[in-house]
Amino acid sequence: MKKDRKGPVLFSEYKPGSALLKAAGMSREDILFEIKDSGLKGRGGAGFPASVKWMLTASADSDRKFIVCNADEGEPGTFKDRVLLTEYPELVIEGMIIAGYTIGAKEGIIYLRAEYSYIKEFLENKIEEYRKNNLLGKNIASKEGVEFDIKIRLGSGAYVCGEETALIESLEGYRGEPRNKPPFPVNTGYLGCPTVVNNVETLAAVPHIINNGGEWLHKFGTDKSTGSKLFSVSGDCRYPGVYELPFGISIKDLLEISGAENTKAVQIGGASGLCFPESEFGRKLSFEDISTGGSVMIFDKSRDMLKVLKNFMEFFVEESCGQCTPCRIGNVRLLEGVKMIEKNEYTPEYIEKLKELCGTMKIASKCGLGQSSPNPFLSILENFKDEIFGKHLNLNYDEKGIKKSGITAAAHC
Amino acid sequence: MNETEKNTRREFIHVLISRHGAERTSLLPVLQEFQKKFGYIDGQSQQEIAFAMNIHPVEVNSIISFYSFLYDSPRGRNTVRICKNIVCDFHGSSEIADAVRKEFKLNSGNTSADGKITLEITNCFGLCDKSPSMIVNENVYEKIDKDSALKILRGL
Ligand SMILES: Cc1cc2nc3c(=O)[nH]c(=O)nc-3n(C[C@H](O)[C@H](O)[C@H](O)COP(=O)(O)O)c2cc1C
Ligand code: SF4
Ligand code: FES
Repeated sequence: MKKDRKGPVLFSEYKPGSALLKAAGMSREDILFEIKDSGLKGRGGAGFPASVKWMLTASADSDRKFIVCNADEGEPGTFKDRVLLTEYPELVIEGMIIAGYTIGAKEGIIYLRAEYSYIKEFLENKIEEYRKNNLLGKNIASKEGVEFDIKIRLGSGAYVCGEETALIESLEGYRGEPRNKPPFPVNTGYLGCPTVVNNVETLAAVPHIINNGGEWLHKFGTDKSTGSKLFSVSGDCRYPGVYELPFGISIKDLLEISGAENTKAVQIGGASGLCFPESEFGRKLSFEDISTGGSVMIFDKSRDMLKVLKNFMEFFVEESCGQCTPCRIGNVRLLEGVKMIEKNEYTPEYIEKLKELCGTMKIASKCGLGQSSPNPFLSILENFKDEIFGKHLNLNYDEKGIKKSGITAAAHC
Repeated sequence: MNETEKNTRREFIHVLISRHGAERTSLLPVLQEFQKKFGYIDGQSQQEIAFAMNIHPVEVNSIISFYSFLYDSPRGRNTVRICKNIVCDFHGSSEIADAVRKEFKLNSGNTSADGKITLEITNCFGLCDKSPSMIVNENVYEKIDKDSALKILRGL
């Protein structure tokens, strides 16, 4: 474990095994109470309260239940789960065991993205250590009847498999296509059994909460966003990397910590997140203001924002699973729109039409991919319109959007 | 593919299935491990796997086509991944990729004529803080440039 990282919760001192032994002496209800008291919310992006998910699974009537650790980490600009898995695997493993004990699951699965297959053996060795120390397997910590084991399943290179129901489809041996919700995995998850799917970082917070009590997490962060968040900071800054900071930190402070200068724009939440201009650097990263899985990409004044947008839209066109029309076709249309702007071959009217399409995609797409892929399109075109439309004047069109030769751009779409 | 080769593959499929079980949930691990050994999943083996696991062969093929890390045609001995997402792109990853293409004469396909490498230009693989990086098989090379990348690949 690397010792040079510092942070209030996850990167604070931890004695491996300590929370596990403590939890084994607690009742399931007490653990649930502490998690609820802590206010811990999902760190994968959506921010759903962990205790609610756990309680629903705990009360579901089934002989077989599962804990799935979502280590698919596919959002561009995110790498904090990689740091947790390689430097703090104890926290993740113990978080899973405690979750399993609490909800009555005996089986845990880590869904590790294919790109991280180089971490698999290391994790397997760690898991084996826990087995040898009687902290995994049967009668964990010598407690009669407490049983839990963990296996690792590799993804096969599909961003959408990070979506929890697509992940379950993939585990079951199918194409990773998201399911309709409800039913939610807490009732009908892996193999139809009640399943908790939690992000790596959510699970990693659990051992610290057990050791320090739920109330303790309120020492950090804000009212509605207790505790800390890992931020994956990359792009134009001197010190890219993973930072653990209390919720509620401003973009401006984050930029200072990471040694960013001349910053023009900050993309928060990865490709599917929002892009903020300098005038909004006072905004705060928390569930109350800007909610995020933690990806922070910094762009300085030399960067071309249309290029940024094009790169994101290409990503979505590639990664859409194609199951539903608003997302499959919508992303292609948005990318086309970006290319039209790039070539100065657009009409303002058509761009407005595409913005309407964004609204449709947000409400009509089946999963979070198609619901959030319009985010960068809308926020980049709005926040950087002077730069983008200033550079890309539609000289071929008159002010009504009529091509000077007589054809409108919208007509050939 | 000659008969001995076909038999080797068939036997390996049965080893994998006895290791993981013939349930549907084992399909991806079986495909992944088969590919790890043979580089790709040929049509004949897809059928063998399908029959052994009681799945329609078309479905096995559809799974392979869905996942970008599963392949149904031969590949180079080494898989080289370079990320094309925005952070890496701004740090010069596309120039590095171009240099690799030129060095290995990858004009139309992604696999070099000598079968040494297959180049994959991928989406973000979570090494943005060490951008640009390159993953060769299961080895990670951080903060590369054109020269260091070519040096690593020549040494394969
Ligand atoms: C397209 C898409 C990709 C996702 N990728 C991930 C991911 O890589 N890791 C993750 O933890 N959650 C991801 N999620 C969110 C999961 O569906 C789910 O909300 C999360 O794993 C729940 O864990 P949490 O409550 O601990 O945050 C993704 C969602 C969508 C729509
Ligand atoms: S929104 Fe996109 S990724 Fe999600 S189910 Fe529909 S097509 Fe698939
Ligand atoms: S953007 Fe290239 S590794 Fe993340």
